Amino acid sequence: MNNRITNILLVGVGGQGILLAAEILSEAVLLAGFDVKKSEIHGMSQRGGCVVSHVRYGAEVFSPTVPEGEGDILFGFELMESCRSLPLLKKGGAVVANDLRIAPPSVLMGQEAYPEWVTERIRERFPDFLLLDGQKLAGEAGNVRAANTVLLGAVSRRLDIDEQYWLQAIEKMVPKKAVEVNKKAFLLGRSVDWSKP
Amino acid sequence: MKKEILSGNEAIARGAYEAGCRVACAYPGTPSTEILENTVNYKEINSSWAPNEKVALEVAIGASFGGGRALCTMKHVGVNVAADPLFTLSYTGVNGGLVLVTADDPEMHSSQNEQDNRNYAKFAKVPMLEPADSQECKEFTRLAFELSEQYDTPVMLRTTTRISHSKSIVALGERANDLPEPKLIKNAAKLVMLPGNARVRHPFVEERIKKLSEAGADMAINRRELRDTSIGIITSGVCYQYVREALPDASTLKLGMVHPLPQTLIREFAAQVDKLYVVEELDPFIEEQVKAMGIAVTGKELISLCGELSPGRIRTAFGLQQPPADAGDKLPGRPPNMCPGCPHRGVFFALNQLKAYVTGDIGCYTLGFMPPLSAMDTCVCMGASIGMATGVSKVVSAEEKKKVVAVIGDSTFLHTGINGLMDMVYNNSTATVVILDNRITAMTGRQDNPASGFTLMDDPAHRIDFPLLCKSLGVRHIRVINPFDLEQTKNVLREEMERPEPSVIITDKPCVLVKREGVFHKGPVYEVAVEKCTGCRACLKIGCPAIEWRPAGDGSKKGTAFIDPLLCTGCDVCRQLCKFDAIRRAK
Ligand SMILES: Cc1ncc(C[n+]2csc(CCOP(=O)(O)OP(=O)(O)O)c2C)c(N)n1
Ligand code: SF4
Ligand code: SF4
Repeated sequence: MNNRITNILLVGVGGQGILLAAEILSEAVLLAGFDVKKSEIHGMSQRGGCVVSHVRYGAEVFSPTVPEGEGDILFGFELMESCRSLPLLKKGGAVVANDLRIAPPSVLMGQEAYPEWVTERIRERFPDFLLLDGQKLAGEAGNVRAANTVLLGAVSRRLDIDEQYWLQAIEKMVPKKAVEVNKKAFLLGRSVDWSKP
Repeated sequence: MKKEILSGNEAIARGAYEAGCRVACAYPGTPSTEILENTVNYKEINSSWAPNEKVALEVAIGASFGGGRALCTMKHVGVNVAADPLFTLSYTGVNGGLVLVTADDPEMHSSQNEQDNRNYAKFAKVPMLEPADSQECKEFTRLAFELSEQYDTPVMLRTTTRISHSKSIVALGERANDLPEPKLIKNAAKLVMLPGNARVRHPFVEERIKKLSEAGADMAINRRELRDTSIGIITSGVCYQYVREALPDASTLKLGMVHPLPQTLIREFAAQVDKLYVVEELDPFIEEQVKAMGIAVTGKELISLCGELSPGRIRTAFGLQQPPADAGDKLPGRPPNMCPGCPHRGVFFALNQLKAYVTGDIGCYTLGFMPPLSAMDTCVCMGASIGMATGVSKVVSAEEKKKVVAVIGDSTFLHTGINGLMDMVYNNSTATVVILDNRITAMTGRQDNPASGFTLMDDPAHRIDFPLLCKSLGVRHIRVINPFDLEQTKNVLREEMERPEPSVIITDKPCVLVKREGVFHKGPVYEVAVEKCTGCRACLKIGCPAIEWRPAGDGSKKGTAFIDPLLCTGCDVCRQLCKFDAIRRAK
């Protein structure tokens, strides 16, 4: 196996379930036989701050964090946070983002506006961009709360990991009663046609 | 062999389990907290939260003296609190192995400073191991217990945030079952550290460090990896991973034991490479010692003394890459905020209105310093608020004295606040103390404490009675308030601030995240009656994340408030701010 490392960044706001998505991803990668490292900062981020989780896999992974400018895929749970983390991506990297805006405190208090241009900016800089309405698709799968899993399904199309490992990882990491919905949500996301531009 | 993806903290807990550890004791602190939250899952380990790090270490010392293996964990600043027992524990040594984990936080992801606790190992003359991934976290913990008994010394295990909170693959092992049964053995010459006995132990301590340094040359955890020998890098911990990533061809000397340094090995390595570097975060801890050995080495000339490293920072330091040009777009920040319905909010709103000078403390409530509440003026270390209030009052005018209020959380008060209050009464300070009793240690993720009514192992426990405790310290004016009642909160604060005597105000509403039954109740949610909302923005002044300003959208400054029913807990605070009765319980 050559030591090509795949670097994935999961970004969003505290409380959005980013950590769980990163755990499912890591577990699938482990089952597929790769070395994997996952890193994120929790602490102050729990109170609604930004969260950036790094997942890296390959034959042998050293640094637990993705070296600046080497991210292959950015998996954004919220648009402004997706935009904020773009500098972590390599040139020509891919972005899968949830079409969701969560207002930060200054916007809630009416001191500034949520930047309208974030989606355009992402597309401009990273044309390999998939914007998904995670909530809507998750609703179709049976539970709006499974939006993250829909997005994970879309991300999975670009990763060389067999479908069975993803499904096993979901079984292991998700609470029992939510497994079926999450599997459905995952497969729905995985079926989204998303080819390189 | 079973393999799992574990965080560094989970792996340390696993390592303690496999090492046959019997007692684990800690005070929570990011990034160390999850170690005890995981040891508690092993029924063979008695796990407990102590009120502070000094007590935690003393409990571990007792367990060790009694012959059991004991683990004690804390964040870096916790070692400052536990330093007193630590330094003499170095002299007594141990019976059962004792491992002290210090979780450092370069970059201050969630800390008030970024002190480098490797210095403690040198200062206290105890060995320190530093793992570089989760597998090593587990193995080094096991090894630390063995070294502890073999060399009759406490062993420190140092992690950093990136080690504690990163996950990687770990091969699990079995629990050791060949350890002697603990029992009481008297040995005053070793355990009673009065001058006569301590003078005998000190040379032992010096000898011990020398022996460990010599043994270090053959320890497998100190690993020489020769690749291209034009560059040789001495490194340890997560920095080793960054070096391998940034300079894959360089030769490395990876130190698993960072104190004492294996001098022979360092000399050998230095002789094998053309140019020698040390790559380490924070202090030039290894570098200075290598220089003192008379070996030429480059370190902090290239690498910053501040913050955490990364592969990119190392490449830049070695001239292999330009610092990233792309700073990204300017976007609104997303600072952390207290939760909707947090019981701390009303108190800070009132303190702001009363223009108090607030000596603050550490906890979720420290967020009270941020706008729009903007009502905290100092934050130094846990427990400092009360002593500082006394000190400030000693120097300012009689009029200004009345403005001084110390604000402290329940867990922090029990950690190191009680002594400050004792001093206030004893020395006639006139300041006011607010104890924010939210029934939990919230900041670090909801840990129980002596006032929450439960232990870490989930057994019911006595709940400290704060009014009674304060009364016994001699406080004569103690008021318990409902912090969701803004009028009461403000009035009581005003009265007690005026009073030229020490007084304590205790809030009695729980953190919204307390899961224990019967503690936190989510009330009916509130809504804004749009037809009544004049867009005055008064309700925005408490900074509740459930309240959103919705601009009219016509380019004017007009708009109305909106309450997100999914976030609102029905605490009622915003309703009290609306002069137009526009905020009401949703039907
Ligand atoms: C010496 C030391 N130990 C631990 C910590 C980590 N820490 C910061 S705040 C805090 C507890 C806060 O609890 P409490 O005072 O009850 O306030 P709350 O967060 O519940 O509002 C802890 C453990 C620290 N900063 N310093
Ligand atoms: S976790 Fe609890 S104490 Fe902390 S901000 Fe939220 S409600 Fe307040
Ligand atoms: S009642 Fe008002 S202040 Fe309280 S949580 Fe709901 S919106 Fe926030």
